[in-house]
Parts: sequence; C-alpha cells; structure tokens
Amino acid sequence: MKHIISILLENEAGALSRVAGLFSARGYNIESLTVAPTDDASLSRMTLVTRGTEDIVEQICKQLNKLVDVVKLVDLTGDTYVERELMLIKVHAEDQVRDEVKRLVDIFHGQIIDVTDTSYTLEVTGDSEKIDALLQALTKITILEVVRSGRLGIARGEKAFC
Amino acid sequence: MELTGAEIIIECLKAEGIDHVFGYPGGAVLHIYDALYKQDEVKHILVRHEQGATHAADGYARSTGKAGVVLVTSGPGATNAVTGIATAYMDSIPMVVITGQVPKPLIGNDAFQEVDSVGITRPVVKHNFLIKDVRQIATTFKKAFHVATTGRPGPVVIDIPKDITAAKTRFSYPANLKMRSYCPVNNGHSGQIKRALDLILSAQRPMIYTGGGVILSNGSDELRRFVGKLGYPITQTLMGLGAFPASNPLSLGMLGMHGTYEANMAMHHCDVLLAIGARFDDRVTGDIKKFCPTAKIVHIDIDPSSISKNVKVDIPIVGDVKHVLSQLNHQLAKTQKQLDESALKNWWVQIEEWRSQDCLKYDRDSAIIKPQFVLEALHKITEGNAFVTSDVGQHQMFTAQYYGFDEPRRWINSGGLGTMGFGLPAAMGVQLAHPDETVVCITGESSIQMCIQELATCKQYGLPLKIINLNNGYMGMVRQWQEFFYEKRYAMSTMDGIPDFVALAESYGHVGLRVVKPEDVQPALEKAFAITDQLVFIDFITTQEENVYPMVPAGGGLNEMILV
Repeated sequence: MKHIISILLENEAGALSRVAGLFSARGYNIESLTVAPTDDASLSRMTLVTRGTEDIVEQICKQLNKLVDVVKLVDLTGDTYVERELMLIKVHAEDQVRDEVKRLVDIFHGQIIDVTDTSYTLEVTGDSEKIDALLQALTKITILEVVRSGRLGIARGEKAFC
Repeated sequence: MELTGAEIIIECLKAEGIDHVFGYPGGAVLHIYDALYKQDEVKHILVRHEQGATHAADGYARSTGKAGVVLVTSGPGATNAVTGIATAYMDSIPMVVITGQVPKPLIGNDAFQEVDSVGITRPVVKHNFLIKDVRQIATTFKKAFHVATTGRPGPVVIDIPKDITAAKTRFSYPANLKMRSYCPVNNGHSGQIKRALDLILSAQRPMIYTGGGVILSNGSDELRRFVGKLGYPITQTLMGLGAFPASNPLSLGMLGMHGTYEANMAMHHCDVLLAIGARFDDRVTGDIKKFCPTAKIVHIDIDPSSISKNVKVDIPIVGDVKHVLSQLNHQLAKTQKQLDESALKNWWVQIEEWRSQDCLKYDRDSAIIKPQFVLEALHKITEGNAFVTSDVGQHQMFTAQYYGFDEPRRWINSGGLGTMGFGLPAAMGVQLAHPDETVVCITGESSIQMCIQELATCKQYGLPLKIINLNNGYMGMVRQWQEFFYEKRYAMSTMDGIPDFVALAESYGHVGLRVVKPEDVQPALEKAFAITDQLVFIDFITTQEENVYPMVPAGGGLNEMILV
C-alpha cells in the first residue's frame, strides 16, 4: 500500500543523503521525494512516498526516526490529508492541436506558461491522479518533456506538525 | 587566548576524559599530531594499520564501556578504518573516529589522499560530521561523544579538513547539550512493565533470552537479581555472554546456530519468552517461521527499530535495559502474583533431560590436540577471569561454548560483522585499558594473519598478551560448511604457506611456543602465563577437521540441530 510520509529534518549538508541512503541500504523503495527548507531556515520538510506492507512501513518510520538528523516524522496516510503535485509539460502544438491542448488545459484548470510557434508549455497542479489523468488525455499529442515535482502532503485540520 | 583547531581537538579529548587515542599519522592530520606531541595527558598508540586502530579502540570500549577514540589521516587512512567502524557499528560499540580531510578549498577536486569519508562511512556509523569551521569543533566533539555513548551506542566519525586544524579561535567546551532531533528514552513505559511482568509470572514454560544490550547498558546486576528471584532458565547470545554467569545452574549457555541443545530446545518449547537487549539476529533465530512457535514474547530494547523487525513481539518495552530491569525488579518486589511453581518444576525436569544430552561432549582422549581441550585448559589456568578476545570462525564458537564467562565485558569478539583480524588489535585495546589484567587472544592461523602486523605495536608498548593460535591449517568454519553442504569440496579454505609462527613471534621480539601433543597443552599454558612481562604466542597444532557442534543448519528451526 502507498504511504505518504512527512519528515522534518535538520537543514544540514548530507541530511538528504542519509534518508536516501537508508532506503537503498535496506531495500525500501522511494516512489517520490521532495524536500525544501521551511519557514524556519534550520529545518527542511520532506515528503516521501513509498510502498510496502504495514510491517515494512512501520520499520521505515522507525529507521527514519533513528537518523540523528530527523527531528520529527508523521505517516500522513493514517489520517485525512491534502496532497498536491505540480507538473510542467512541454508538448508539440501546431494547427488544430493548439486549440485542443488549450481546451484540455482549461478542463484541468492548468495554465499555458510558455508558447512558441510549434509548442506549448503547460503547468498543472493537483493530486497525482489528476496529473496522471491529464497525461492520459494528452496521449494523442506529442509530448516533448515532462517534469513532475513529486507529491507534497499536509494533514487536514488545524493541528500543525511542527 | 586563541587555540588552533588541532589544539582544540586535544582539549576536547581531555574534556571527555580520554586517556588513549589509537591512530596512524599522515599529511592531513599533521597539525593534530603536532598538538598531541606537545602534551602528555592524551596518550597516542601507534598501530601498524588503521584497521588495527579501530579494533583496538573497539576492544578498549567493549572492556571499559567508555568511547574508544581513533585518529587517522584522509584517503587511505579513512578507508582502512572502515572495516573497524563497521565492526563497531554492528555490535553497537561507542567510538569516535577522527579522520583528517584535505583542506576545505580542495574538497571535491580529487586532491591527493582525498576521499569522501563522510559519504563512505555513512551507512556504517551512528552519525557523522564534516567540520567546516574551526568554531564548530568543540560543539561537534561534544555532540559526537554524546551520540556515540548514549541510547543504542555506536561509532561516530568526525571528518576535519586540514586547514580547519590550523585556523584559530577561542576554546570553550560546552557543559551540556541539547539536540532537538536526538533524545533516547531510558525508562520503560510503566504500563508495559506491569503487563510484561504479569505475562512473565503467568508462564508455564518461561525462557529468558539476553543479548549484548545487557552488557552495553551495564545491566548485569539487575539481570542477575531478576533472574535469580524468578528462578527461570536463561540463555545468552554470543554478544551477551558474561552478563549472567555461565557457571550458574540457571544458565543454559549460548543459543542459536552453535547454541547448546538445552538452550535451543527450551527456546523452541517455551510459552513465554523474555528477550532483553537482543535483536533476534538470524544466527540466533534460525528459520524465523519456526522460531518459538508457542511463545508469547516480551522484548526490551532501547532501539525501537529493533522491536518487531524480525519477529513480531507481543509486549514491547522501549528503554535502557538497566533502567527497565530495575523497574521490573521494583515491580516484582511489589506484586502479589505468584509463580506457577509446579509448572516451573516440570519445565526444569524437561530442561535437565535436554541438558543431560551433554551436547558439548568431545573426544577427551584424542591423540591430537582438540581445540575444545585447549579452551577448557585455558579456563582452568586463568580461573575464568581473563579478558578474552577472539577472531572469527570455529575458534570463536569454541571459546563461546567452552570458556564459560562469568562476568560482563570479559568476552570481546566481533559478533555482528564477523570480522577476521579483530582479535589481536582488540586485545591491545583491552590490555591498555587494563594493564594489570590477563588478556588472551584466541585466534586461528587464518584470522591472525589478517592483522598480524600489530605484533609490532604490542612490542612497542610492551603489551604482554597471550595469543592462543588454534592452528588446524584450514579456515575452519568455511571448511566445516564445505564439508556439510558442498560434499567436502574444500575450495580455497586450505591454508597453505602458513608461516612459522614461533619464529615470527620471536622476530618481533616476543616469546613463541609450539604445542603439538595434548599432554603438553597444560605445561605450555603454565609456562606462558608465568611470563607476565612479555607477549607469548602459542601455536597449538590441532585436529584438522574438527567441527563445531551442535549446529542449526541455515533454514532450520532451533529444534533441528545437528548433534555430535
């Protein structure tokens, strides 16, 4: 089962490689991983998506907690949460395809953020299913480039993680 | 007054009460060696290979409970130290390893003797640091010693670029330290303690299984009190030997792959298992699916990630073994609940029946020296009081089985990583920490050759070790597996080109003895142990194809032992 884990870690050189190294050393898989400093510059917030049985995910959380650089972590999957991903996508767009792409972008509440005579660059945010759905809808169009941010997650409600 | 980074490092070591540093100089650490040279509080022990430095610091740490300290240069100095760091990591030994690094402006330039020490050691340390500013040295050392020695202990590496050791700043060592991301829990949860004790007292066929955690937490006294009061059978892992006296009748000896018949059978048939400071290692459990099939399990461990990692447990208690055991003792004194004496009596009848198998019997009348015989003779002559280190293989298992350790921190061996070459340098660290004690290194002709250069270190510092070389001309344990599982195809396990160990020892300035007949074992040991101011290397020519029994073959359950 998919788990989305939020981690607060010291914003130190090497902290990211400790997390990544732990996954490769113990044979866990990382589906996506995003990390950036928070409003407190000494901390980084990481969102990590992984898959595994309950036992494996429990081990993953314990092992992550054991890293000296990890301040706090929560498995968001246990509660309700909001998930978002950003995708930038460059497609070949000429003639009547330009209109079709424009329509699709509107349906998905995305934006065209760069234009040339032969291409569009699109920006879409949403949960991963929505991003996947747009990609699916674009299969008849020539995709030149795709960049996905990986998932970000935050728990619903007023309670704060840090 | 301002001090250089190198001087600050020495001041940090003094502040931590460090009396010995094991190391080897080189370009990147020359400033630090210069600072060492100018003082005499911190004594530096010059090894002959950086692996030896880490094992010596490790032996020092295991025998004292204090952090061992290592100082090596950048590049090959650091990579040579990695095996010793990994050895300490696997057995949770507190150690601080200072590695020199090329000057900061050169980092990343493939400079001479540059290696990414922090990157290379990351998977085998509890934590590591790269110091980028002279002002960080003092707090980094404070953190390093704190992390290495608290919680589940482990090695910590501090990588220091050469220019940082020359830069100057004011020195003050932090009195205390708060790390928001590191706060190990010592006391067990009181509710869990009560639940655990209820279960333990309700047992019909109880079993206590303890590991290295008892020794690491200095929880031996608490363990003895607890087990003594309950009168339950206890078995100890390779790493745990000595926490509970082997000579106590409640002790069933070691368990696991080469554990005793009675210990393994009792594990298999128990209904309540109390695991203390042990991590259900594969060498202990055998096939996990067949492990303790009828038992409810209580597990005490300071590392939450050790709990339910290999075996699902019913009542976990996270905490320091010493603390949790004293909580349990306290609770036990208060409780009204009674033991099921008659069930316990029947259980002991069953255990004594298993014990009567005498699974450690061997041919005492052999015309060729049996390794087991040497170890029993050694136990006698040292009255079981020596500090004993070992290398890895058959001799290590024989020592665990036949030397009967009654005290903690006396049995020093590489359990988790299984590092050949560990024994001799580890013994040096033990002897330096305990100059007036008898220190013995049990080894074999293969293992000893992996760090034999340290014989020179022993000479330089006058370390009167007694080296017991059980020489069977084979990598014994490899050969045993090839005999059992590869139809005796002894691929590369035969040791040819064995040196004349007596002449070799003598060439280093030590005493060398060779023993080939069983009747000469006792006299040779007497002679060796009468020499208290010199290292004695005793080369025992033993039976070539001896096997370690009992043995649980890979994939077997603990009740499926091969007996002699």
